[in-house]
Amino acid sequence: MKLFVSEGNPHCLKVLAALEVTGVQCDVQYVNHEERVVPFLSRPALPALLLPSGLHLFSSNAICRYLFEIVGQDSSERCNQWLEWEATDLQPALLQALHMAVLHGKGSEVSKVLQGPLNYLEQSLSKGNTPYLTGEAVSVADVVLWAALYPVLSDSSLACERTSVKAWFDRGAVLHSCESAAQKVLQGKGLQGMKSYMQRQPAPQSSQSRDTQPCNSNPAEGVEDERAVSEEEMEAAALTWSKGLNSCPLAADRQHPILPHEGKRNLLVTSALPYVNNVPHLGNIIGCVLSADVFSRYGRLRGWNLLFVCGTDEYGTATENKAREEGLTPQQICDKYHAIHSSIYKWFQIDFDFFGRTTTEKQTEIAQDIFWRIHKHGFLIEDTVEQLRCEKCQRFLADRFVEGICPHCSYPEARGDQCDKCGRLINAVELREPQCKVCRQTPVVRSSKHLFLDLPKLEPQLEQWLEKSTSTGDWTANAKQITRSWLRDGLKPRCITRDLRWGTPVPHPDFKEKVFYVWFDAPIGYLSITANYTDKWEKWWKNPHQVELYNFMAKDNVPFHSVVFPCSLLGAQDNYTLVSHLIATEYLNYEDTKFSKSRGVGVFGDMAKDTGIPSDVWRFYLLYVRPEGQDSAFSWADMALKNNSELLNNLGNFINRAGMFVTKFFEGCVPAMELQQEDKKLLALVGWELQQYIQLMDKVKIRDALRHILNISRHGNQYIQVNEPWKKIKGGDTERQRAGTVTGVSVNIACLLSVMLLPYMPTVSQTIRDQLNAPQSCVNTMLQGTGTFVCSLSAGHRIGTVSPLFQKLEVDQIEALKKRFGGQQTTAQRASSTQPAAVPAAAAEVATSNGVDPEKAKQLTQAVTEQGEKVRALKAQKAEKAVITAEVAKLLDLKKQLALAEGKSSEPAPQKGKRK
Amino acid sequence: MALRELSSLEKYLGLKKPNKYSTQGDKKIPVLQNNNGPPLVGMVTIACHLVKEAKRPNLLGDCAESRAVVQQWLEYRVSKLDGCTKEDIKTILKDLNLYLQDKVYMAGNQFTLADTFMYYGIHPLIVDLAIQDKEQYVNVTRWFDHIQHYPGIRHHLPPVVVPRNRLYTSKHH
Repeated sequence: MKLFVSEGNPHCLKVLAALEVTGVQCDVQYVNHEERVVPFLSRPALPALLLPSGLHLFSSNAICRYLFEIVGQDSSERCNQWLEWEATDLQPALLQALHMAVLHGKGSEVSKVLQGPLNYLEQSLSKGNTPYLTGEAVSVADVVLWAALYPVLSDSSLACERTSVKAWFDRGAVLHSCESAAQKVLQGKGLQGMKSYMQRQPAPQSSQSRDTQPCNSNPAEGVEDERAVSEEEMEAAALTWSKGLNSCPLAADRQHPILPHEGKRNLLVTSALPYVNNVPHLGNIIGCVLSADVFSRYGRLRGWNLLFVCGTDEYGTATENKAREEGLTPQQICDKYHAIHSSIYKWFQIDFDFFGRTTTEKQTEIAQDIFWRIHKHGFLIEDTVEQLRCEKCQRFLADRFVEGICPHCSYPEARGDQCDKCGRLINAVELREPQCKVCRQTPVVRSSKHLFLDLPKLEPQLEQWLEKSTSTGDWTANAKQITRSWLRDGLKPRCITRDLRWGTPVPHPDFKEKVFYVWFDAPIGYLSITANYTDKWEKWWKNPHQVELYNFMAKDNVPFHSVVFPCSLLGAQDNYTLVSHLIATEYLNYEDTKFSKSRGVGVFGDMAKDTGIPSDVWRFYLLYVRPEGQDSAFSWADMALKNNSELLNNLGNFINRAGMFVTKFFEGCVPAMELQQEDKKLLALVGWELQQYIQLMDKVKIRDALRHILNISRHGNQYIQVNEPWKKIKGGDTERQRAGTVTGVSVNIACLLSVMLLPYMPTVSQTIRDQLNAPQSCVNTMLQGTGTFVCSLSAGHRIGTVSPLFQKLEVDQIEALKKRFGGQQTTAQRASSTQPAAVPAAAAEVATSNGVDPEKAKQLTQAVTEQGEKVRALKAQKAEKAVITAEVAKLLDLKKQLALAEGKSSEPAPQKGKRK
Repeated sequence: MALRELSSLEKYLGLKKPNKYSTQGDKKIPVLQNNNGPPLVGMVTIACHLVKEAKRPNLLGDCAESRAVVQQWLEYRVSKLDGCTKEDIKTILKDLNLYLQDKVYMAGNQFTLADTFMYYGIHPLIVDLAIQDKEQYVNVTRWFDHIQHYPGIRHHLPPVVVPRNRLYTSKHH
């Protein structure tokens, strides 16, 4: 017979006390908490008694009962009842109380949690009027309850107020045995002696009954709610871990031009072409280019053969109008804004394989070819349209070239296509008192011949293709739904020609004064941009069997990519590659409102870098709130919160700690790792998160996948917290080795995180690998297959210099930014090329307002910043209160002046002191 | 639930006149009023009492070791099985499957009260199992099928069909 116990395990108190009381001779072996003594139980269960027959007892009460029985003390019915009560009522409460007291330091909760059971015990003892629970002599019930309650009763005054319990507990015979057992188990450390044991127990649930808590409901317990990990998962994770980095050659750097390869997964990724006449706002960026970039970076890591193209959409009336406003030619406008777009995307680290534009010869060539093919196959209809023509300017006036009185609401400045006041769509000829926007002459109604794409005739083909594409590809729910609603409403012929000059000329001799309508022309830009990238562009675009096409966009663009453009390509009948996966986001709002260029509300691409917040942090936050499945909102306060809680305290903290432990405790070399159950469990948990990440990313669930990265660092932080390597490093050899294992595992998780972060935060990702001096091959290894978390920094690996990855965003800083982008700035600085580019947006705006002084505002902004820093410095030095108050007063005064100079009402500045 | 189990047990034991039970607390713990002393509280306690009353002590085990094993599984039933969460179910079934690998009954080669009560307790889990899962826990289902056909045990519970031939031979679950 052999008894297995572990130190710090309160259940072991019972059996050791029972052994003392009964005097049974038995081998006692001390083992680790995680030791699996009972062969058929997958979770460690201690104490355990190996019976002579070879059977194991794993219940402490059953062991105690057995020990009493073999010395001739069978348990009575009373005894049975106490033991049953102990197991079903007392233990759950006790576990919760110990959890509170030992792990959360809330000793005060103990009496509350134990109130019920202790009162029951008190009542029974006082009613029974016997010295022991079941009569005049000590029984197994006394020993079990005594030992169970010993840790809490000996450590507090709980018993004092319950006289019968106290009398029972203080009765000599058993107390002595319990004390000697407690000395062995708790080593005189009281409750704290159980810490390491309690840390390994699942957090107790307040309700333990299946009846009150249906087993299929998964209580949302946040981080505490750990996924159960099976033995197999742990072993599998440990096996994967031990494989190390694969020796396969590094994936070669991208060799341009990238072309489809037989036998590979060939992905062509496009993001909606941004319109050239405006600076993109954050919503535009997250909706197309940033999402497509994350997916492309991920796809390259997965080893797919992938080409990511995009470019500016440059033709159309909006460009012509903008050119007129700025006194430039349309081409000059396009050149100017194309450069602005390029630099913004560069700052956001959008890794295009090619960023082109639509005003190229290839565009003309390909658009005209598609046009002739559609024409040849009889999918074009001619029709006459009544249009306004300006006799002075000698041309037909496209929608935006004409203004007049709205026929619906009499708004005097309605445009030719839509009224800004009532929002109704208008046919230009319906406008009352129309005016040419250029010369202010009254135009006349003339009829003009136009070409229409015969969508109704193409509908059967379209439906057949859509059925297949939407069922086999990954189309977002909104993309499918918008497409369905278009088809349900029935397709109508759609005009593809316009009376404009700035566009791709229609090659048909009967329509030579006309250009293609942008909706027809712009998507062809994807093809022409690819053609400008490589002469072999048809290998991508006329290769539907080898190529999968991913289109990224915001939801307003869906019909053009799912209905109209596919119809053009189907009608051309040239084996074009059609979209396989249509990824559409919802809208991103700004704080509680919409981004608005005209009102200057929101952050625009070119301003993001002026905030001083790193590009990676912008990317992280935009992806964190990516409008995936529903609209979401950008909020400054939330951005600061996510930066400070997720990046700084969770992710950055973990990676930094892991690296610092290696540097500080192991001279910068990764220590040797001896994996124990607990480490394997962590490997399994991390491996599971990695698998989820891959599954989600494969389905372009970019925001959801990000959560799993953050879960991993949360697991990691918890792991470090529980194992306390900074303490163990000061202990004996075993403890030092444990510290080594924990540090080694952590730093390897940090390495995995750098790989998973790469698509989201490329710079931070590289910085982590630089700091860890990680081999480049780890990037290629871990995201293969369903995800392989291997030990990529093995023992002895020397890491580089570790430094913090993120900075805190302070409340003041965020408040200032929120104010600055809340609707005061305009595009004035961009509109006029004479304005120096460095003028802050807020100052530039006031040039147009009354009674304000932009130059002064600029100086004041600077002064406010300086004064603000001075005040912060004084506070940090804990300077005298009077001194601080004086400086704060100066700051408030400066802010007031600034507000006046900017033309804002000088509302009182918020009381700083109260916020803290 | 507990009351129906106790009344099924009474029938199995052949007790002439059925007892009257009350319950206490939120968890509806059964209480048996006892003429000879204070009431008995708790399902296991009452069940053991009934067995003794019926003079079938072997149902609690025929030696000290098997008595300990029986008590252990009775406790397991009320403290682990009854409070289990969805995550626990797999572990419980897996462990039992391994435990029953070389046993006919819970306490070895002899039918005991542990079989009865583990059967009642595990019934809801088995009902929810897919056929593939039943095959995965083949020792549990073999034992379960055996107990549900044991004379006089099933009573208030519906029978669960357990396939005898393996339908899914590979282990791709």
